[in-house]
Amino acid sequence: MLDIITIVIFLLGLFFFGVGVIGLLRLPDVYTRLHATTKCDTLGAGLVLLAVILNQGFTMASVKLALMILFIWFTNPTAAHIIAKAARSVGIPTATECAYIDKCKEEGVSS
Amino acid sequence: MVDTVLTGGCIFLVVTTFLCLYRAYVGPSVADRVISINVIGTKTVAIMVLVSYVFHKDYFLDIALVYALIAFLATVGVAKYLQKGVLE
Repeated sequence: MLDIITIVIFLLGLFFFGVGVIGLLRLPDVYTRLHATTKCDTLGAGLVLLAVILNQGFTMASVKLALMILFIWFTNPTAAHIIAKAARSVGIPTATECAYIDKCKEEGVSS
Repeated sequence: MVDTVLTGGCIFLVVTTFLCLYRAYVGPSVADRVISINVIGTKTVAIMVLVSYVFHKDYFLDIALVYALIAFLATVGVAKYLQKGVLE
């Protein structure tokens, strides 16, 4: 029973990793690629590590894995925020075929 | 059974890592490459954890933890260099 739960959670994590890579390859510009990969990778890594924790039981290794999940959940969105801020301040253009609503530009707020 | 599935998932993660490497090679702007390297770092942590579980080597986990830290620092450093032009 525990094996089946482990395998289901693990395959779910692999699914999210795969969706993130498809988004990275197919989407048109930097910001949409960032949008696809950040969330999918954070959730995918969390689920894969959770599957290993569940199958292992409570050991020293599972404590390390839990720390790793916590760390990834903090650092991945932070890195995405920093990359998006840098890309916007450098002026990397958005895709021309998409419509964007830029509230910062409308209200005159500098990034 | 679990070991077989975890090994297959490891191979899947390696294949997706190569797809990310394609984006890092092609990517029209610098930010695309930084995103792609960040994704590869996360996948590498997952692969290290799976290898450590399949081969019962606990010390791989410490390496994975440190690798996650270094990948985050590399991303922050490159993004800051992209934004400001200098690292100080």
